[in-house]
Amino acid sequence: MESKRLITQREGLYDPDYEHDACGVGMLVNIKGSKSHEIVESALKVLENMRHRGAEGADKTGDGAGIMLQIPHEFILLQGIPVPEKGHYGTGLIFLPKDEKEQATILSTMIEEIEKEGLSLMHLRKVPVHSEILGKDALDAEPDIKQVFVTGRDKNENIELKLYLIRKRIEKKLSATFPDFYITSLSTQIIVYKGMLQSTQLREYYTDLMSPYFTSGMALVHSRFSTNTFPRWSLAQPFRLLAHNGEINTIRGNRGWMEARERILASKNIPDVASIAPILQEGMSDSASLDNVLEFFVASGMSLPHAMAMLVPESFNEKNPISDDLKAFYEYHSILMEPWDGPAALLFSDGRYCGGMLDRNGLRPARYVITKSGMMLVASEVGVMDFEPNEIEKKGRLQPGKIIMVDTKAHKVFYDEEIKEKLAQEHPYKTWVDNNKVDLSELKSGRKTEQTVVDFDKKLRAFGYTREDIQNIIQPMAENGSEPIGAMGNDTPLAVLSTHPQLLFNYFRQQFAQVTNPPIDPLREDLVMSLNEYVGVVSENIMEPDEAHCKMVRLKHPILSNTQLDILCNIRYKGFNTVKLPLLFNVAEGTEGMKRAVDLLCEQAEKAVDNGINYIIISDRNVNKEQASIPSLLAVSAIHHHLIKVHKRVQTALVVESGEIREVMHAALLLGFGASAINPYIAFSILDDLVKNKTIQLDYDTAEKNYIKALCKGLYKVISKMGISTIRSYRGAKLFEAIGLGDDLAKKYFGDITSKISGSGMEELANDVFKKHAEAFENKTNPLLPYEGLYSYRKDGEKHAWNPETISTLQLSTRLGSYKKFKEYSRSVNEKETPVFLRDFFNFKKGKSIPIEKVEPVESIMKRFVTGAMSFGAISKEAHETLAMAMNAIHGRSNTGEGGEDSERFDTKIEGLSIRSAIKQVASGRFGVTTNYLVNADEIQIKVAQGAKPGEGGQLPGFKVDKVIAKTRHSIPGISLISPPPHHDIYSIEDLAQLIFDLKNVNPKAEISVKLVSESGVGTIAAGVAKAKADRVIISGAEGGTGASPQSSIRYAGLPTEIGLSETQQTLVINNLRSQIRLQTDGQIKTGRDIIIMAMLGAEEYGFATSALIVLGCVMMRKCNKNTCPVGVATQDPELRKRFHGKYEYLVNFFTYLAEEVREYLAELGYEKLEDIIGHADLIERRPSDHITKHDLIDFSRLLHIPEEAKTTPIHQTKIQDHKIEHVKDREIIKAAQSAIKEKKEISLDYAIANTDRSVGAMLSGAVALEHGDKGLPSKTLNVKFKGSAGQSFGAFLAPGIHFRLEGDANDYLGKGLSGGHISLMPPVRSTFVAEDNTIAGNTLLYGATSGAVYINGKVGERFAVRNSGAIAVVEGVGDHCCEYMTGGRVVVLGQTGRNFAAGMSGGVAYVWNKAGDFDYFCNMEMVELSLIEESSARKELHELIRKHYHYTGSHLAEMMLDKWEHYIDEFIQITPIEYKRVLQEEQMKKLQAKIAEMQRDY
Amino acid sequence: MGNPKAFLTVHRHEAGYRPIHDRITDYSEVEQTLNTRDRREQASRCMDCGVPFCHWACPIGNKQPEWQDALYRGKWREAYEILGQTCDFPEFTGRICPAPCEKSCVLNLSCEEPVTIRENEASIIETAFHEGYVKPDKPTRNGKKVAVIGSGPAGLAVANRLNKQGFEVTVFEKDERPGGLLRYGIPNFKLSKKIIDRRLKVMEASGIIFRCNTEIGKDLKGKTLLKEYDALCLAMGAEVPRDLPIEGRNLKGVHFALELLSQQNRVLGGAVIPANERITCKNKKVLVIGGGDTGSDCVGTANRQEAISVTQIEIMPMPPKKKNPNTPWPQWPVVHKTTSSHEEGCVRRWCLTSNKFIGEKGVLKSVEIEEIEWIPNPKGGRPTMKKTGKKEIIEADIVLLAMGFIHPVQKGIIKELDLKLDGRGNVETDAKGLTSNAKVFAAGDVTSGASLVVRAMASAHDAAAAITETLL
Repeated sequence: MESKRLITQREGLYDPDYEHDACGVGMLVNIKGSKSHEIVESALKVLENMRHRGAEGADKTGDGAGIMLQIPHEFILLQGIPVPEKGHYGTGLIFLPKDEKEQATILSTMIEEIEKEGLSLMHLRKVPVHSEILGKDALDAEPDIKQVFVTGRDKNENIELKLYLIRKRIEKKLSATFPDFYITSLSTQIIVYKGMLQSTQLREYYTDLMSPYFTSGMALVHSRFSTNTFPRWSLAQPFRLLAHNGEINTIRGNRGWMEARERILASKNIPDVASIAPILQEGMSDSASLDNVLEFFVASGMSLPHAMAMLVPESFNEKNPISDDLKAFYEYHSILMEPWDGPAALLFSDGRYCGGMLDRNGLRPARYVITKSGMMLVASEVGVMDFEPNEIEKKGRLQPGKIIMVDTKAHKVFYDEEIKEKLAQEHPYKTWVDNNKVDLSELKSGRKTEQTVVDFDKKLRAFGYTREDIQNIIQPMAENGSEPIGAMGNDTPLAVLSTHPQLLFNYFRQQFAQVTNPPIDPLREDLVMSLNEYVGVVSENIMEPDEAHCKMVRLKHPILSNTQLDILCNIRYKGFNTVKLPLLFNVAEGTEGMKRAVDLLCEQAEKAVDNGINYIIISDRNVNKEQASIPSLLAVSAIHHHLIKVHKRVQTALVVESGEIREVMHAALLLGFGASAINPYIAFSILDDLVKNKTIQLDYDTAEKNYIKALCKGLYKVISKMGISTIRSYRGAKLFEAIGLGDDLAKKYFGDITSKISGSGMEELANDVFKKHAEAFENKTNPLLPYEGLYSYRKDGEKHAWNPETISTLQLSTRLGSYKKFKEYSRSVNEKETPVFLRDFFNFKKGKSIPIEKVEPVESIMKRFVTGAMSFGAISKEAHETLAMAMNAIHGRSNTGEGGEDSERFDTKIEGLSIRSAIKQVASGRFGVTTNYLVNADEIQIKVAQGAKPGEGGQLPGFKVDKVIAKTRHSIPGISLISPPPHHDIYSIEDLAQLIFDLKNVNPKAEISVKLVSESGVGTIAAGVAKAKADRVIISGAEGGTGASPQSSIRYAGLPTEIGLSETQQTLVINNLRSQIRLQTDGQIKTGRDIIIMAMLGAEEYGFATSALIVLGCVMMRKCNKNTCPVGVATQDPELRKRFHGKYEYLVNFFTYLAEEVREYLAELGYEKLEDIIGHADLIERRPSDHITKHDLIDFSRLLHIPEEAKTTPIHQTKIQDHKIEHVKDREIIKAAQSAIKEKKEISLDYAIANTDRSVGAMLSGAVALEHGDKGLPSKTLNVKFKGSAGQSFGAFLAPGIHFRLEGDANDYLGKGLSGGHISLMPPVRSTFVAEDNTIAGNTLLYGATSGAVYINGKVGERFAVRNSGAIAVVEGVGDHCCEYMTGGRVVVLGQTGRNFAAGMSGGVAYVWNKAGDFDYFCNMEMVELSLIEESSARKELHELIRKHYHYTGSHLAEMMLDKWEHYIDEFIQITPIEYKRVLQEEQMKKLQAKIAEMQRDY
Repeated sequence: MGNPKAFLTVHRHEAGYRPIHDRITDYSEVEQTLNTRDRREQASRCMDCGVPFCHWACPIGNKQPEWQDALYRGKWREAYEILGQTCDFPEFTGRICPAPCEKSCVLNLSCEEPVTIRENEASIIETAFHEGYVKPDKPTRNGKKVAVIGSGPAGLAVANRLNKQGFEVTVFEKDERPGGLLRYGIPNFKLSKKIIDRRLKVMEASGIIFRCNTEIGKDLKGKTLLKEYDALCLAMGAEVPRDLPIEGRNLKGVHFALELLSQQNRVLGGAVIPANERITCKNKKVLVIGGGDTGSDCVGTANRQEAISVTQIEIMPMPPKKKNPNTPWPQWPVVHKTTSSHEEGCVRRWCLTSNKFIGEKGVLKSVEIEEIEWIPNPKGGRPTMKKTGKKEIIEADIVLLAMGFIHPVQKGIIKELDLKLDGRGNVETDAKGLTSNAKVFAAGDVTSGASLVVRAMASAHDAAAAITETLL
């Protein structure tokens, strides 16, 4: 095999910027500070017990593992190194290039820098390593590892600080020339050993670690799971102060702002920041950057917890129970620093303080154990280290936003409250903030502002408004306070392809989180979210605490009304200065004029900063005949980046007053590129007009309020999609990519944002401005605004790929069975007048044709076809079943979609064809995902994202939920069903690996696939998916259809299929991962030619959704969300369903014709098999130019790039994944339980269990379901006892009749997808701690459970019973978000709950023991009602549940309650969803009426 | 837009025709109108389709979903403005268009109850006239002059469009009043001539000059016009009717349909026709040969002229009743159609060919017809006709030949300017309407052969756009 290349630059579509990682972390501390080798040894074991959280590349190379320890002074002395006294010398490992000359150069620079600070390089030690154990890739990149020793002269000097400065300067000097050179750490306190190793290799590689003399009082370990396999030794963790499990979503913005801020960060410790700048080392990971800032602030004199709390603040809005002083602390710091946001379990240590912290959402697990002997272990999992039960003092978990810390000198554990209160009291933050901050919403002004705009009609046209903008976007926003919903996908051309003048906004696409980090749920979890903005000046020296820093104007949200903008411009009395810069240029000066105007704006803005202007307002209000407007986004981004470059960015804020802004996307873009606030004044004047002419029946203020609310809601959605909680960390984060925007433009004005196919330049942008401007000011204006035909087809409007011709010819040809007619259809699709998709630019290179008979038959090609995931619920039963029949007829695969599937369909046949869908989808809502559903799959598809609305959840409106749908979804008819934006069991790549493992266990025969949506970086995610052992990855195009999605998501999120597919292919090939995974794609594939192109770009399989529906009669009404589909396809209305006339034969015709076309192309190209062209992008050539400049500017070279690895490694799937399920515990259990499974005999079994035993029960349940279906076994047939710490997903998908009893504790996902089984969990018999006070199981338990029961004697983590639709649970304390989205079942909490209880709960009942009487604060009251336990049936039910809890777990608490039932019952609160109550009452009424009717009959 | 669920509860409701006994006694329009509330309710049925097939099927690209929504919301002016952008004369099309839009309406597919688009259109324009929204368009003149020859729907549409662009337009008409087929072809009971006059008034007020009784090529030479005008647009229609040159064709009583129809319209317009030239069906047995719309107009006229009996025969077989699998949605359905005139009384027969006219003393008495069979063409395409030998004599005092039109009258200006003709004898143009003479454009039936009013208007739009592009 060739050596792996290290790719650090963009190549083809691959961009190393998009690499992700996640991992397992652990920390072991002796609270009393005493050192031992045992700690080192145990920590290594902890690391090894988390190896499933790390990943391996194609050979035995690990993604990285490392350990941070206190400096082993005695060990060093034993090596014969005459170091001075402890703490008076610095040491650390350095990674050097192998080349000795290079080494010499590096060392001389190092010595120079060390001596500059008055220190000396005392010794250089060659670190003994065992290179022979390394995998090939790791070995190829292995550095020469040396340990340096640096000593000082003066005992009193701050060597630690000097070491920091020295290291930064060395890095600054050398990193550009020697990319392989890296200093792992250089400190007087701690030392880091790490490398590109697997968890188990760490101890073998570094022999130092095995020496019994190597002692430490603290050890922090980390194992890495990266989405790529490039050998980067330096990216292994821990870093210099911390180790991170998770992902910083806001990283791009954070990095930008740090750069912008550098100039004002001087402090006593570091007066000259420039000498060590950049603070952030380049080319490193997000975790490394966070470590860099943390280190900087600590070196500057901030305490470690202070810096942590500032960088990763917890949420502090009114829904969070923390003190006002602490809120003020956060508010004060939020003015200085935007949050570093994203899923994060952070473990940190400077040698003395050792601690851990969780992000505000609690998206990573972190459990801790404190022993009586004074040890603390914090780790991603429990059970990674064995403790005697009676040794344990306390078991707990880190909660969202909270810190735990040990001071090894003070010998004390500090909990969050104590730490934070101390921080909050350090300065009178509250007084400072109160005295200085101005709240814009509280300011009143006597000045009058007008909503009307001079030359309204002309300006509307100058800013390119259409009637659709008003009718389809602005009006619904004003009326409903939310964004309009659309249906079906986007089939209009990209901005760069359109012949209509475009707004610059249209060239951008939102990025979104998939797999490597979760989207936030803006609907149900808004307690962590905030749109607060602060504008004003950030003074110099922010490192010095001072109330002057609070002189800011606080905006509740960044959308300013005209009145607010006016006030903002005129707050003189507080000494705020503003300047308004015109966003205009002289039309007569043409493109050059626009360019000059942008440059001028940058200069003016810089000057404004020099003049101490607090905020700059840029405005296009005065656009007129002579002066056209500069695209606002161009100006904002240009100014933002210019000010960063001159280090003047943080000193001022940008406010945009622009007529262009009308949609959520526009607002998001301006904010994302640096604006702090925006004022859409034309939109306001349109509202005014609509109110005046009575088009909307509201007064202006309400309309404006609604419109702003809709924009804000939309912003929440856009930022949450990226996993970001606050607008402040979104601002300037540039979480977009451009498509069709010229490279020069992207580089010069947009901070080098990704633009993969290049495209339009300044000239083209300006031309569009001119066109619109001329339309407004030169021509006679038409009284009506144009109608662009964006949302529905118009002959003279925007092109649509699905138009009357294509729809009708496709329907006719497949119905009549006419291949000739079909050819007519494909001709009209393939030879469009103007290109709509990127593929329309492609042709095939001429080959030597072969006779068509030689080409593989239609049948074998059709096996590669699948239909898209369309849920039964979104489409009608008739349509859904017809799709299944057709796919079963051609041996392709249909997809259930996310709504489950009626088990009756598993073996029913119609016309000799099975109506079972081969692909069973598992989406975030987990509707109907039971064990039986899963075992009846040939393929299980994990839907991570959907093309039409990536990063968002789905919603099935109540009126579409009829009886049958409710049954398959385990819900109640008439109640709306919402699937959350994230899978609550996939917050990172290792979580995905776990879910794949779960599903593979349930159904070992099924292939597991993961559906992603095309965006930049999807390739690296797909690589991660391949490493997580998925069998197939699907790259969906963003154009894909939908039953219902916000309009802005349909148009502005995700990329065309071609780009994502190609990036995925390239990345997988570069990483040598392509051979182990199948690649499928979909997204407006319509003809044989499309299939051939997708194959050449790398896809092995092809998905069809919209086209299949059209064949069945869909006419693209785009009304699926309204349940009014007039052809019975996407409706549940029984009357309309009768109008469905689709037949499976039509689909068979369609697919046969497609395959036939594929054959024809293959024959023409000279290939016998489709497989022969897969991945051969070299067979594609560009069509001759159509002489449209915009089109000619598009560059496909990156898209069609073939990496050089393609010569030596496979470019399509050649082997099957090794899922490593051969030796799971379930195999043993299944063997022992044969008589129970087959003959339903009662059996009891006993096992020991460890955290490495994951998904125990899943395979067993699969075996039961296969045998007995939904019903499973009779109650308590199979009783299994476990002792120990169970790994993740204990009892997942447990089937009826199985009872698991676990003595010990459990990790995350216990009872996931519970399907009737029974689990009880209690502490070990010999334990002495109080069960109900300790955390016994992790996060996200019972996620998506459908039936069964769970009894837990102890507290559990966040998100208990999310999406439970029928299981019963009793537990003694829960974290945040308990019962979220629950639609059925019972949950009893005998103890404290976290925040946001019952958010989005629409069914089932919960009972909470409200001892403290403050439950209502913790409950999300949007959809539920609270009451005491009033009805006797509820009392009885609760008593019975607690009795069972006592029976199964022996809970002390339950015993107490049963003893004094009358006393305790009054302290319970019942939580009932309002909708559910109504349905229950209706049912009751119906029963009653039936009874009465019966009675009357009897008379 | 609209009411998304209206189509589920509101049924198609046509205004319908006046009762037969009432309407048959006069020549007033037969179609009735709905009240405003019902009309808006009908408009609410429009589903605002993502792909509006109505709009696609409409030759002039009317934006039905947009104006029906405005209509539903009671925004009449807005509805008129949207409609007016694509359709110059909704009062004509709203009355006499066969409405391909309704055939392609998704509700026609869904439940065979398409939206009453045509009637909705008519009601919008009537309200617009009534409320005074229709105003003369007086643009600043651009200094260029265009002559339009012919004042039928194509000529009027070209004139209207060009006038809006600032051209000085003169319309030349050979007959005494402008309107062409609208005035002299379509019976008043379908299109009242007041409607045409009302529009002409607006056009004249907009500055369009009409010169009637002027046949170009005869009264005025084409070459003269070429000198005086910057461009010419031919819109004289396709006036040469298809003849039936069989035995007895010269007998008295055998007429082309249009002879009857135009004379009747003239009479109603106040013209006095000498008795010996008057063509009337009064107290006669009438045979209409040709089963199309013109034939149907003859039936209606004959009944109003108090004919003893009316028979209409067609050479092709009777098309299927409701659905024709050969022309599925969204195509124009070739199906059996019953017009208001048919309802008023007539015998309709199919698969009949006429062998000879039989007369006495030069006057028509009867017609020999023969049943035929159509043998399908195994290669597809036109089937072949086969006579069956089953002959029959039908008594007839008057025969009206309504078998369509072949092509424009070629003598006159076409010949004078030596314009190139296509294979079917129509004036050949490029896609935009330019003829072989660089200054001469053509629109409507003169280029396509006889067709729908709305197609003529569509072709007028193209020609007007081409003239504008060429001259400005």
